[in-house]
Amino acid sequence: MRLTLKIWRQENAQAKGAMVTYPIDNISPDMSFLEMMDVLNKELIEKGESPVAFDHDCREGICGMCSMFINGEAHGPDRNVTTCQLHMRKFKDGDTIHIEPFRAKAFPVIRDLVIDRSAFDRIQHAGGFISVNTSGNTQDANAIPISKHAADTAMDAAACIGCGACVATCKNSSAMLFVGAKVSQFALLPQGKVEAADRVQHMVDQMDLEGFGNCTNTGACEVECPKGISLENIARMNRELLKAKLF
Amino acid sequence: MAQLFQTSIGRKVAMALSAIFLMVFLLQHFTINSLSVISPEAFNEVSHFMGTNPLVQFVLQPVLIFGVVFHFLMGFILDIQNRRANGQTYIKYNGAANAKWVSRHMLLSGLVILGFMALHFVDFWFPEVNIKFIQGDWSGTAEGVEGFRYYEELRHKFVNPYRVGAYSVAFVFLALHLNHGFTSAFQSVGSNWGRKKVLQTVGLIYSYVIPAGFIGIALFHHFTH
Ligand code: HEM
Ligand code: SF4
Ligand code: FES
Repeated sequence: MRLTLKIWRQENAQAKGAMVTYPIDNISPDMSFLEMMDVLNKELIEKGESPVAFDHDCREGICGMCSMFINGEAHGPDRNVTTCQLHMRKFKDGDTIHIEPFRAKAFPVIRDLVIDRSAFDRIQHAGGFISVNTSGNTQDANAIPISKHAADTAMDAAACIGCGACVATCKNSSAMLFVGAKVSQFALLPQGKVEAADRVQHMVDQMDLEGFGNCTNTGACEVECPKGISLENIARMNRELLKAKLF
Repeated sequence: MAQLFQTSIGRKVAMALSAIFLMVFLLQHFTINSLSVISPEAFNEVSHFMGTNPLVQFVLQPVLIFGVVFHFLMGFILDIQNRRANGQTYIKYNGAANAKWVSRHMLLSGLVILGFMALHFVDFWFPEVNIKFIQGDWSGTAEGVEGFRYYEELRHKFVNPYRVGAYSVAFVFLALHLNHGFTSAFQSVGSNWGRKKVLQTVGLIYSYVIPAGFIGIALFHHFTH
């Protein structure tokens, strides 16, 4: 395949940044999107230019690092995949592909396509955990019966990999799908219910503090989420917060 | 309570509650307007009741005004916050790939409704306030009109084709606003009903039938006058 890439290049957090055009040839349709980026970077290095900086780690859809906004969509045109799971066969020979970093005020660009997602970490630190006494008398997890439905729904919420595609995609840069998933995965289980009221309040406070926007239920996040996290998690978070504040 | 509305979710809940209130009001308004097509006498009776009943005039009306003003002011505030949260905008953003047009243009449809409301106030509400509160005439009658004046006044308003046109356009935008808003409001207050087929169907019917009905009533009076 022969392609024209238009990629956001930005020297550092303070620099202005602009789209730069790179023609590229001999791309196999079986390559992943990141492998295509590797080919480009190899060429750039051989020419003595600086390679395009982008985040990646697992390259199998688990770590959530590979944030790229491709042709106007988070992780590109495919559904339920991360950028590393996106294949070049989703594009046509001769296509022009726009590649930008995920954008939100709370996700500042560090360099090229690399962004700072530590806002998500701080939201997690605010309450995305359960406090368990592990000093020798830990309970057997199986001693607490949990309904199949609750276990499944909690597991679906826990599938969130914190990639930030929901924020990047949202016209309001809202983080509510991410926070909704993190609140839900605990709120649904007896182990998480103990601290549920504090958790949701602290996490929502931190989310607001980080400067994410307000959800308007467009549903774009759910469509672009590589893990298919459902909008129902946002409704659950809203319920949990109402419960915590009113009762 | 106060603490709740300091959070983003609390503000969303308040927004949705004001919207649900407006949707109930709209249903009531539609029912009364429909009477004007079925029975002029019944329309006059109910209009006179609504226009002179102290509970409606001094309790429900202020609540309604507060609800409307709160709704659009909160809409503006949330929208400004959301724009701020964006930071730098994308060079290429394919919004149509993952969200419906109506859901991405609530501010636009809301602004058209606001424009309509200005017209509506000049047409109906200011004259009513003038007659009742400034001239002090609570009789509901007028010179040259037999019985109550409301029906004749309504008919008179819809003679002008431009006004009927503007009304119709505004109600198309109200339909678009409600098409997303109806189910969205349930989601905002933390209910999963908005995701259920039944409520989505009810929302669809509500968002099309009511605005279409308002347009139909305007057209009816325009063409039968
Ligand atoms: C006066 C002019 C109006 C303006 C400027 C306006 C503006 C807005 C805005 C910006 C939103 C988006 C907020 C969001 O999606 O979270 C919204 C939501 C909504 N509006 Fe309006 N609106 C107006 C009138 C109305 C009227 C008359 C009704 C109903 C009769 C209505 C029903 C709704 C509903 C149901 C929602 C969804 C609430 C939610 O998602 O929580 N609006 N409005
Ligand atoms: S909810 Fe989905 S899109 Fe958002 S961070 Fe989690 S996995 Fe990524
Ligand atoms: S590199 Fe880990 S999810 Fe893509």
